[in-house]
Amino acid sequence: MKKKISELHEQYKHKKRIEKIKIIICQLSILIFFFASWEIASRMRWIDPLLFSMPSRVWNLFLEKIQDGSLLTHASVTLFETIAGFILGTVIGTFIAAILWWSPFLSRVLDPYLVVLNSMPKIALGPILIVGLGPGYSSIIAMGALISVIITTLVVYNAFKNVDENYLKVVQTFGATKPQSFTSVVLPATLPTIISTLKVNVGLSWVGVIVGEFLVSKQGLGYMIIYGFQVFNFNLVILSLLVIAVLATVMYQGVELLERKLMKQLQ
Amino acid sequence: MSIVKINNVDKTFFTKKAATTALKDISLSIEDGEFVSLIGPSGCGKTTLLSLIAGLFQPTNGEINIEGQQILRPSPKTGYMLQQDYLFPWLTIEQNITLGLKTMKKLNETTRENALSLLDKMGLLDKRRDYPSQLSGGMRQRVALVRMLATEPSLLLLDEPFSALDYQTKLKLEDLVSLTLKEQKKTAILVTHDIGEAIAMSDRIILLSARPGTIHQVFDVPEVLRQLAPFKARNHSEYNKLFQHIWKELESLEEENI
Repeated sequence: MKKKISELHEQYKHKKRIEKIKIIICQLSILIFFFASWEIASRMRWIDPLLFSMPSRVWNLFLEKIQDGSLLTHASVTLFETIAGFILGTVIGTFIAAILWWSPFLSRVLDPYLVVLNSMPKIALGPILIVGLGPGYSSIIAMGALISVIITTLVVYNAFKNVDENYLKVVQTFGATKPQSFTSVVLPATLPTIISTLKVNVGLSWVGVIVGEFLVSKQGLGYMIIYGFQVFNFNLVILSLLVIAVLATVMYQGVELLERKLMKQLQ
Repeated sequence: MSIVKINNVDKTFFTKKAATTALKDISLSIEDGEFVSLIGPSGCGKTTLLSLIAGLFQPTNGEINIEGQQILRPSPKTGYMLQQDYLFPWLTIEQNITLGLKTMKKLNETTRENALSLLDKMGLLDKRRDYPSQLSGGMRQRVALVRMLATEPSLLLLDEPFSALDYQTKLKLEDLVSLTLKEQKKTAILVTHDIGEAIAMSDRIILLSARPGTIHQVFDVPEVLRQLAPFKARNHSEYNKLFQHIWKELESLEEENI
């Protein structure tokens, strides 16, 4: 009887493994099929190679740009701006949320303004930021932060407000002051929410930074896209797109890993 | 000597639509070391009265004194225990039981040792490094009891602390709480909707009527029952007599409201 169960278990594990391998094979074949058909279509002139480029050319360009070091410079500039943007956005947003939690009066006063700011496409403020902060890193980082700060404020403030009253009651009966209530109850109770906004903000900051680079910069992956577009070098445009896709994924996964680690500690 | 003095207390809550009087003309004094239960139909302001004594908010009229001092804010002399344990899930058991001391800036080696020895008395010392989610409901409520006792309050306010537990755990915990409080000579006020619990645990039972909450009647628990542990008290003949008596009173109150 016992043997039978362990046998069944082995079978079950085997089945799961096969399924996983199948999924990976399918995923890889989609990737290969995509690049292969792109290469072929372009070579056979089914699509215009000038506009759509082809993987082999992009690859060659990639090697070239790695060798002369320019890709690394552009990528690191953009990466720096994005990280700075999303950290600033999250920290400032959480800070504003704390102020709103602190003063219900202020939160009611500011409510309509927050609604307007939240509805507004922050990208539209780009030109004003550039005029205000000058064409450079600071306005691009500001763009990356601005795009996430309002939504962070709203989400985190909501989480602050929804902390179970009874937890606050517990510390209040011990005579806790408002700062004590905040640091010992509200902040730790909402840490999971704050971390999950971090995840959303990574994506938002990429949008802000790339658009910011479109508008002003002389460096960065957004700049590479605009430059490639202007000189009609679509190899460059597509190379930048692929690099952005990879970096954004890595960053998102990194934040997710951080989230999982912190959550594990919290539990 | 009376430790708690409540003089002509009213409490009215204001909303945009109405002013609701939750408590009206409550006067009560509680002796040192006494265990008093508040019972009554739902909505009679039991919990409101407890929150007022805890200083979580202020009465509309009248005043509340604890050891001769008027209560204007939560005082370190009172400890409060809620329906559910409300242990902080992100803190270990040890951090949870020292939370009060830390908040009051009284955490040092002596007070920590004291808190841990209380935990030991509850048979939970080996759980000190665990998190609340790893403990059962009864264990968690025992930890909440330690958290309250760790700050050495002289007056304990218990807001239906056993209502979320299963019956067996509840009976066991009643005995444990009763014994611990007697040992430490604490004064306690228990809010409950369980007549049996009130009789088994207390020296005096105060029946409140609803809307607005007023003191309807006060029952003294017979001396024989007071001497017994709650579980044994529940089996005594006097227990049933008092139970029937209070039950009828409570029924008559609830009929008025239906």
